[in-house]
Amino acid sequence: MKVCRLAAVAAALSMLGFMHTALAEDAPKAITIATEGAYAPWNFTNADGKLDGLEIELANNLCERMKVKCTIIAQDWDGLIPSLKVGKFDVIMASMFITPKRLETIDFTQPYAIDPGGFAAAKDSDLGKLGPSTEKFKLDDEAASKAAVDKLKPLLKGKVVGVQAATAMLEFLKKYFGDTVEIREYKTTEQHDLDLAAGRIDAIFAQKTALAATLAKPEFSGFTVAGPGFVGGLFGAGTGAGLRKEDAKLKEMLNDAISAAIADGTIKRISEKWVKTDVTPVK
Amino acid sequence: MIDFAFFVEIIPTLLSGLPLTLQLAGLSIGIGFALALLLALAQQGNHRMLVWPIRSFVAVFRGTPLLVQIFLIYYGLGQFRPTLQAVGLWWLFREPYWCAIIALSLNTAAYGSEILRGAIQGVPRGLVEAASAFGMTRLQTLRLVVLPLALRQAIPSYSNEIILMVKGTSLASIVTLMEVTGIAQGLISQTYRAVEVFVAAGAIYLTINFTIISALNALETWLTPYRVRA
Repeated sequence: MKVCRLAAVAAALSMLGFMHTALAEDAPKAITIATEGAYAPWNFTNADGKLDGLEIELANNLCERMKVKCTIIAQDWDGLIPSLKVGKFDVIMASMFITPKRLETIDFTQPYAIDPGGFAAAKDSDLGKLGPSTEKFKLDDEAASKAAVDKLKPLLKGKVVGVQAATAMLEFLKKYFGDTVEIREYKTTEQHDLDLAAGRIDAIFAQKTALAATLAKPEFSGFTVAGPGFVGGLFGAGTGAGLRKEDAKLKEMLNDAISAAIADGTIKRISEKWVKTDVTPVK
Repeated sequence: MIDFAFFVEIIPTLLSGLPLTLQLAGLSIGIGFALALLLALAQQGNHRMLVWPIRSFVAVFRGTPLLVQIFLIYYGLGQFRPTLQAVGLWWLFREPYWCAIIALSLNTAAYGSEILRGAIQGVPRGLVEAASAFGMTRLQTLRLVVLPLALRQAIPSYSNEIILMVKGTSLASIVTLMEVTGIAQGLISQTYRAVEVFVAAGAIYLTINFTIISALNALETWLTPYRVRA
C-alpha cells in the first residue's frame, strides 16, 4: 500500500515536471506587452488617456499575426527591464535599442526599426546653424564617426545638453561628448523638450524621429534638428522587442511576425504614418 | 544573492551624490526655518491681512505633494520665461538647483511654521504677563522669554521635519539633479540590480538621519536635562 502511494506521488510529480516543460515549450496564448507611453510618436498616451503610437499599432499587428491575446500597459522607462526580469510583463516594446549592454541581461527579437540618434538646438545657435542633415555615421566605423564627433565638438563646447536617463542616448553623450558638454538627465524626453523650449538647456539628444515629432509643435518653431545621425556601435542593431532570455518560443513567434511585417510592407506603412519616414531595418 | 563586492563597488559612486544631498537638505532646512519663524511670529499678531495669506500658503503647501510642488516650480514656471525675465527672476528659475531649493524650502517652511506657531502659543500666558510686569518691551519678552521656551519645546517635532526634508531631497532627481537617489537610479539602469543599489542608498540616508537624530537628542538633553528620557 505504502509503495503504491509512493509510486502515485512519484507519478504525479513527474507529471508536474512534464507539464512544466510542456508549458514552457507551448506557444503562449496571452501576453502582456509594456511600453513607456511617453515617447511620441513611438508610444504615448493620447488625449483620451489611451496608449497610442507606432509601437502600439505594430504590437497589435504582431499579436494578430501570432494569434495571441495581448494586453499593452505603460511602465516608467527606468523600470522596464527590472520589471520584465521579475515577470511583471512578457515583452518590452518601448523604442528600446538592442544594445550590447542590455543583451547581457535580457534578450531581444530582431530589430523592427532603425532610427539614428541626433541633436536638436535653437536655429540661431552655433549647432542649430548646421541645420538637419540626412548623413548617418556608423559608430562601428571609428574613424568616420570620430571625425563627425570632432566636427560637432567646437559647436557644443560648454553647452548644456538634455537627454533621457538610462538610455543608449545618454551612454553616447557620455562616451563621445562627456568632456565637452554638461549633461542633464531627464526621466522622460517630454521633460527635456520642455526645458529646451524654456531655454534652460542648449540642446537635446534623442532619436531623430522623436526630435522631428517634437519640433513639429508650434512652440518649437525656433528649433531645428542639427547635424548628422548616429547608428550602430553602442546603439546596437536597432530597435527591437525585449524579452526574457528563457522565453525562446515567444522570441521565435515574434521574430516570425516581425519578418512577415517587414516583408509585406506593414512596418513601412505604419512608420510612414507615425514618424513620416521609413524606419524599416535594411538587411 | 547579496554580493558584498558589488556593494563595495557602488558605495563610492553613490557617495559622490552625498554633497549635493547634504547641500539641498542643509540650505532648504536653513532657509525654511528662517521663513517658518517669520511666518509663525507674523501669525501671533492677529492682523487679518497678514494671517489669511499665511494660512493659505500653509494650507496649499501642506495639502499638496512635494513631488507636485517641485514639478510645478520647475516645469510649470519654466513656461513663463518671458514674465520671469521681465521681473528679473529667470536666473533663479533657470537652474534646477535653485528650483529644488525653493520648492524644498517653501515646503518645510509651511510645516515648520505650524510647529513653531503651536510651540509659541504653548508658552504659558503668565510668563508673558510677568515679563511685561518687569517692564520688558515686547521684543525683549520675545527674545528672552517666549522664543527660548518655544524653540526648546519644538525640538522633537522639528527634528521630525528635518528628517523628512533629508528624505525629501530624493525627489530632486526628477529635475535632473544627480543626488544620491538620482545616482542610484542611474546605477540600476546600468546594472539592473535594484535590491543592492537601493539597500546601499537607503543605508546612506539612514546614516545621515541617524546622525541628525543623535545630534538633536543631544541638544534636547542639554537644553532640558530635567526631562531626559529614561
